[in-house]
Amino acid sequence: MTIHLEEDGETCRLAIEGEMSIYEAADHKNGLFERLEGCREMVLDLSGVGELDSAGLQLLLMLKREAEAGGKRLQLVNHSQAVYAVLELLKMEQHFGDPMVIPAEWRTP
Amino acid sequence: MTNDPREAFVQEVDELLEAMESALLSLEETPEDPELLHTLFRAMHTIKGTAGVFGFDPIVDFTHRVEGVVDGLRSGERALDEPLIAILLSCRDHTLALVQAVLEGEDPSQVSADLLGRGQQLLDRLCPEPVGDLTAPVASAPDGYGAAKVEKLAGREAADDYWIISLGFGPDALRNGMDPLSFLRYLGSLGEIVDIATRTDRLPPLADFDPESCYLSFQIGFQSDADKATIEGVFQFAEDDCEIDILPPRSKIEEYLALLDDLPEAQVQRLGEILVKIGALTEKEVAQALAAQAADQASARPLGEILVGRHDIQRSIVEQALDKQEKSKSRVAQEGRYIRVDALRLGQLITQVGELVINTAAMRVAVQRRDTDDLQEVVERVEALVGDIRDNALQLRMVQIGETFSRFRRVVRDVSKELGKEIDLVVTGGETELDKTVVEKLNDPLTHLVRNAMDHGIETPQERLACGKPAKGTLQLNAYHDSGRILVEIRDDGAGLDPQRIRAKAEARGLVEPERNLTPQETFRLIFEPGLSTKDEASSLSGRGVGMDVVRRNIEALRGSIELDSQPGQGTKVSISLPLTLAIIDGFLVGAGGEQYVIPLAQVAECVEIGREQALTHGDRHHVNLRGEVLPYLRLKEFFGIRSGAARKLRESLVVVRVGHAKVGLIVDELHGELQTVIKPLGRVFENLKGVAGATVLGTGDIALILDVQQLTALLQAHPQPQAVSGRH
Repeated sequence: MTIHLEEDGETCRLAIEGEMSIYEAADHKNGLFERLEGCREMVLDLSGVGELDSAGLQLLLMLKREAEAGGKRLQLVNHSQAVYAVLELLKMEQHFGDPMVIPAEWRTP
Repeated sequence: MTNDPREAFVQEVDELLEAMESALLSLEETPEDPELLHTLFRAMHTIKGTAGVFGFDPIVDFTHRVEGVVDGLRSGERALDEPLIAILLSCRDHTLALVQAVLEGEDPSQVSADLLGRGQQLLDRLCPEPVGDLTAPVASAPDGYGAAKVEKLAGREAADDYWIISLGFGPDALRNGMDPLSFLRYLGSLGEIVDIATRTDRLPPLADFDPESCYLSFQIGFQSDADKATIEGVFQFAEDDCEIDILPPRSKIEEYLALLDDLPEAQVQRLGEILVKIGALTEKEVAQALAAQAADQASARPLGEILVGRHDIQRSIVEQALDKQEKSKSRVAQEGRYIRVDALRLGQLITQVGELVINTAAMRVAVQRRDTDDLQEVVERVEALVGDIRDNALQLRMVQIGETFSRFRRVVRDVSKELGKEIDLVVTGGETELDKTVVEKLNDPLTHLVRNAMDHGIETPQERLACGKPAKGTLQLNAYHDSGRILVEIRDDGAGLDPQRIRAKAEARGLVEPERNLTPQETFRLIFEPGLSTKDEASSLSGRGVGMDVVRRNIEALRGSIELDSQPGQGTKVSISLPLTLAIIDGFLVGAGGEQYVIPLAQVAECVEIGREQALTHGDRHHVNLRGEVLPYLRLKEFFGIRSGAARKLRESLVVVRVGHAKVGLIVDELHGELQTVIKPLGRVFENLKGVAGATVLGTGDIALILDVQQLTALLQAHPQPQAVSGRH
């Protein structure tokens, strides 16, 4: 797991590298929510997410909820195929309100 | 056994409608009795179902609507009141009319427009349009009501033909390696996940959030041909960490309902077993529900409630299954206790038992001639057995008269409304048993007598109050056994009969000479003469003077008799005396003038020898002094006009017979003893022969006449020197 940090005034840009599963959940939680605390807008790059499981998903949902509760903006960008597959399975593509770039070959027939 | 299914249908409908009527009448007293309401429901529901099997659409349509209303009553959505009971009674009648029309018509799916119109009228009255009244029931589509429940349960449009799967993962699911997503992927391989809602409402505040705990639950609309067990199998490994509810789609519900309908009713199954069998529940679900039930014994919730509460199954399926279970139960209970037997076969059996009785007697005679002790013993044993068989065979045809009596509840209710009278029907002795063939033939005369009592006997409330009687009249039906016969009484507390008016009328009609002296009893008997009616104006019910003589003829055709007693202002009592059975009796064999006669044993009081000095003759009346009691008597030989050369003996045998309170004596030549007798009716040729009830074949092959003691007694009391055939001296 790697979180690249790029702070630009009020916007916090993060990128998650590696897996978002139960094994990393605790670490991710600590990192993500702390950062969310200190910014007004968070942009989370998911292009490096190799695997997303329920714990990871739960974390994203939680992040979204907390952001909204705090009047902050959360943007998920550059969804990886793994992330897309989960959102598609749960029909949550619209849930986070972020545009997704979906290469044609990802779509399940 | 009844083989024609349509016949069985008619019989079933008959019984159900009978039960329905009786329930409705009882509901007038206790309008909320759940048992009675259930009886109504079952009647309509079962008739609907069976009619559906035969394709009797008009019956199905009608009963379906009535059933809907009754269901509303059952669930308390609508209250039962008197007008509604009246309409439901009419619906019951209409159902019967439909059944008859359908069976008589050429096309069972069609009935006359007239009948349909009448049905529609009834239904309109049954379900008036709700006018701003929320408590009024929804007029139509009881199915919609069921569907609404499904909708509520599933929280979705019932029109969507999906399985509704709810998954609530426990906090430890993730730690235990159960990833909800992998189950969903697997599920996707069995069908199509049409829609899925991920519910996050269990996510705690951030401070309490444990990223390794699972807070997610899902609701899934799933389309698949897989059955419930297969779908449940998907989540097999998650069982411990996940609450799983699988609700079948609507098409499945219909399938389950159809399967339920098809389940044989031959054995009672437990609710869980039934639901597992049709695939609506898995064994696991049942086991869990049962565990929940066991854990919560205090509240004693039925399994069905628990299952619905756990969202394992739709209420409509549980209800139908319970209904099915109920049906099987009653079916099995009935099958266990009763077998339907064709009355003809039973008649055959009894005839054959009769022959057996005769032949046993013949065997006895033959054995006695040979006088061998060991054979005698065998014969005695066989005779005892045959006697038992005879009693049991006759018992088979015995039915309680109560059912016949209870039919009159409706008659009394309807007629008293029609006449504007208040009449209570009191039934006693309903458990008294008599031969079914007798009961059947008793129906018409009884109906006539009951109507008569209501029409002529019981007065209007005003008249009653004016006489110082309670406004409500009482009509009493009673039955009891008395010396081998059954007595049926119809008693009213009405105005009673006026002997003088009867007398006047009878004289006017030339039925009795003005100078003749009649006791009140004899005067009342005139009522039964043809062409005598005491009501000056004929009403639609009775009083056209055609009734009572027909009643008497009917009763006499059953070897019975009818008596009437009345006290002016107090009421009238009609007593009908009937033989218990028409087939076999215990008899007492006597000889007179070289012929043999059988006297029904139950009516024999005693046999005595009398000397000539005891027999008194006053004019043309014969009396015998029996221990100070004066008995009229007749000589059988003379009665039947047999001339025999034998001189009168000094001492003669007198058989004292008893009918009710009356006793008379019959003088005979020989006493032969008891025997079992099969009554063979005499042909029409002997119609005018008085004092004879039938004939029987003796063991020796000889024919003996069976005496009609009732008639003999009546003759003897009316005429001093009766003759078997009038005009023969």
